[in-house]
Amino acid sequence: MTQVITPLMSSETGILIGLLVPLLVGLVTPLLAVRSLWRDAAGPLGAVVTFVAALHVAGAVLAGETPRLVLLEFVEGLRFEFAVTPLGAVFGLVASGLWIAAGLFSVGYMRGNHEKHQTRFAAFYAVAVHAALAIAWSGNLLVLFVFYEILTFSTFPLVTHKESKAARDAGRLYMSILVGTSVVLLLPAVIYVWVKTGSLDFVPGGILAGHVAPEFVPWLLACFAFGTGKAALMPFHRWLPAAMVAPTPVSALLHAVAVVKAGVFTMLAVVVYVFGIDFLAESGGSDWLVWLASFTILASSFVAISKDDLKARLAYSTISQLSYIVLGAAIATSSAAQGSALHIVMHAAGKITLFFCAGAIYVRAHLTKISELDGQGREMPLVFIAFFLGALSIIGIPPLGGSWSKFYLMLGAMERDLVLVLAVLGLSSLLNIYYLLEPVQRAFFRPKTRQVEVTSQPLTVVPPVATATLSVLLFFFVDQINALAKLMAG
Amino acid sequence: MSIYALFNNLPALLVVVPLLLSPIAALIPSGRLAWVTALLGNGISVIAAMLLCSVTASGIRITYFLGNWPPPWGIEFVVDDATSLTAMVMAALAFLATLFAGRALASEIAAKDVGKAYAAWLLACGGLYGLLMTADAFNLFVFLEISALASVILIALGAGQDRRALIAAYNYLVIGAVGATFYVIGVGFIYAVTGSLNMADLAQRIPDVEAGSIIYVGFGFMVAGMLVKAAVFPVHIWLPAAYSYAPSAVSTLLAAIATKAAIYVLARIIFTVFGGVPEVTALALEWVVVPLSIAGIFVGTIMAIYERDIKKMLAFSSIAQIGYITLGIGIATGAGIAAGFIHIGNHALIKGGLFMAVGGIFLATGARVSVDSMAGIGRKMPVTATAFLICGLSLIGLPLTAGFISKLYLVRALLDNQNLLIVGLVLASSALSVVYLWKIVEVMWVRPAQVDVMEISERPALYIPLWVVAISNIWLGLDAGWLVGAAEAAAASLLGAGG
Repeated sequence: MTQVITPLMSSETGILIGLLVPLLVGLVTPLLAVRSLWRDAAGPLGAVVTFVAALHVAGAVLAGETPRLVLLEFVEGLRFEFAVTPLGAVFGLVASGLWIAAGLFSVGYMRGNHEKHQTRFAAFYAVAVHAALAIAWSGNLLVLFVFYEILTFSTFPLVTHKESKAARDAGRLYMSILVGTSVVLLLPAVIYVWVKTGSLDFVPGGILAGHVAPEFVPWLLACFAFGTGKAALMPFHRWLPAAMVAPTPVSALLHAVAVVKAGVFTMLAVVVYVFGIDFLAESGGSDWLVWLASFTILASSFVAISKDDLKARLAYSTISQLSYIVLGAAIATSSAAQGSALHIVMHAAGKITLFFCAGAIYVRAHLTKISELDGQGREMPLVFIAFFLGALSIIGIPPLGGSWSKFYLMLGAMERDLVLVLAVLGLSSLLNIYYLLEPVQRAFFRPKTRQVEVTSQPLTVVPPVATATLSVLLFFFVDQINALAKLMAG
Repeated sequence: MSIYALFNNLPALLVVVPLLLSPIAALIPSGRLAWVTALLGNGISVIAAMLLCSVTASGIRITYFLGNWPPPWGIEFVVDDATSLTAMVMAALAFLATLFAGRALASEIAAKDVGKAYAAWLLACGGLYGLLMTADAFNLFVFLEISALASVILIALGAGQDRRALIAAYNYLVIGAVGATFYVIGVGFIYAVTGSLNMADLAQRIPDVEAGSIIYVGFGFMVAGMLVKAAVFPVHIWLPAAYSYAPSAVSTLLAAIATKAAIYVLARIIFTVFGGVPEVTALALEWVVVPLSIAGIFVGTIMAIYERDIKKMLAFSSIAQIGYITLGIGIATGAGIAAGFIHIGNHALIKGGLFMAVGGIFLATGARVSVDSMAGIGRKMPVTATAFLICGLSLIGLPLTAGFISKLYLVRALLDNQNLLIVGLVLASSALSVVYLWKIVEVMWVRPAQVDVMEISERPALYIPLWVVAISNIWLGLDAGWLVGAAEAAAASLLGAGG
């Protein structure tokens, strides 16, 4: 997929373009405020360029390189650098690729909904994507931490976009959990690693072996696991449902993909490149996390069932799915880690589809509750078919992409004889079927209970159809991504 | 006069130029010209401090005999890495504050007082530089009084806007005098048993003194006096009112540089003068400085969270930030002292910028700035509000800002020292500081503007100093090499001097 563009740029330029273009879009958007057509085109166009750059970088990683870009030296020994690991390449592809669809959707949603402050929205949206890509390609833990915080701060204006009291309260909860956990737990963990090993680089196989006593590993891992609040591990998950007060494009790209995946990406990167899978498995330091992640998977599924608000249900489903990825990291075998990396991709494609659909339903029919959806399938067939496919992928049914990641996660659990974890995964899939397919079932098989006027808004329909198709394609064309995941797991 | 003579007299120039220009400023009838005089004096100080930095960076420790009288009879100025770094930070911020004062001070006090205000301004700066330079324990007291009395005048000038400034100035006068008296009593005790006032000389004689208890007493008085001057909790009570009722420009100057000099002197006393008797200093550091610092960090932060008046909130936040600095110095390792000095520089930048921004908002709205009156300012004064945001993010230690580097090095020093509990406390307080800062940010941008805010517009005259500070906050967050290196050298010279 990359041979065509290889001569055009070196992988270093690829990193530079991938990072600069979203930032530039963010900066240029306010200047284009008066020309709304150009302003709205900037996002999707920038997304395409960024995605091409990300593809190029991923191609270089697949070829065995580590694309690297050193900007400056903070202080002696700590460089401000980007170095793309296989895992980073995967996350970079996800964030930039789905930005194309989300960028288009965002235009349709904001216009169709006649939202205020569209310029500010578009600008911070692009800056958030920039931060997500910078996290993906960060060369060491410090750079990762830097952009982790920038991502939190740049999404605050998006969460509080409506400027209502509910939005302000949600914004406060959002900031206090994400900033609080990162400062109190993640930062000392990072500095501890620095003090102990003298390095913060991401190294295949990890850097901690021999520097940290095995009995201290669970504590350090706990600092990382709870410190990355963006991974929404219970009990630090409340910010995610609260953030649903934001306009749906934010929920779709940021709170189903960029922000939350930045959290689990951090977890996975720390396990694979800082602890090292083997060191973690030998020390047994992650056993507790297996059970906490399992608990989060099931508990949030049950909460999801109780939610009638469509976006709230999807949010709890996201919490549950994020813990799959944490679980894979905690199991600490190559297959499980590979499953986690794949799940970053598969869940992203599936969940963004579901949020696109929720947004499309809101813009076109102004419905937000699942109980209101009865019989609406005939009004918006494409939207609900896309929802169906996205849900199937998250449940993990072939021939949809999500089945791959679940397969590898189960394989990993088998390798460690964690039968109970298999049972959790199975039960969770059943619960998923129940709560994710209910909206579809209501829409197609229940009689219509209310008449709503459905308006046409093609820019909100094309993106979910596209990402639903992507979920199907990911089942058949998983080779390259799987190769990257395998490269990461070693 | 040859250029060499100028070079040889650098340490004196830094102190003497502002002091000499002060009466001139007082005599100038035009407020504008007085300001130019103050700008000139501070500009020369910046250049002198830069030259001093370049000299000490090459490994030279400057000693200078005032009037060519050699110590221990004459007064000696000593400039090492710690001195030049602190002088550089203070001179740079004082210059920017003076630049800011040009418009701000003139519109806050009566026109006839402007010239005298700059006279006090220059006196305060000269006195504070003197504190850094002098290696004579009694001469230090003299500079302490010069700077304190000048500061009292400056604070009292706020009475034109708010009569409470008079009470604040009076409190500062009395409490500051208590601090200075404590210090001089301590010096008296030490002089009684050693017969010397020169710091280096004292450092040599103190370990040989037989009557150990007098050393404890003298040390205790000197440190207690300096803790008052540095506004370390619980002897900080003069600070919030003084900072919040003084004119905006004065708040900026004092917040950026005043307590920094006292902290520097504290480090000098502990590590240079009493460096030879670690059993004495360790007691004070472990049981007084570190616990008080931590208490101050929490009290300051929590008071700031509940405060509605912005200048007072920033003043409480200063108590907490001073706590971080003294905590670093209190753990008394090279890394800890370096972290303290890094934060001396960074906190000066942060608070200087925040007070400037609030001063700008005050000038635009014409009323005391409270959390409520800041509603909608983000839209009305975006340039000022953005600078406030940058300095604020630096205050809470967001990565890529100077404040993050401070936090990074402080936590690292604490972890090095295996102080896990203190690490937890520091980080918890740092998370708490997000609460008060973010409250302002939210009000500025998210809450709709009040009706009477509609008329407000920007004050471009204040942009230059404000944005120089704001950009420095980012610059030093990206490229901290110079500051970190200088702070490490400062720590090494402080510890080295004590043997």
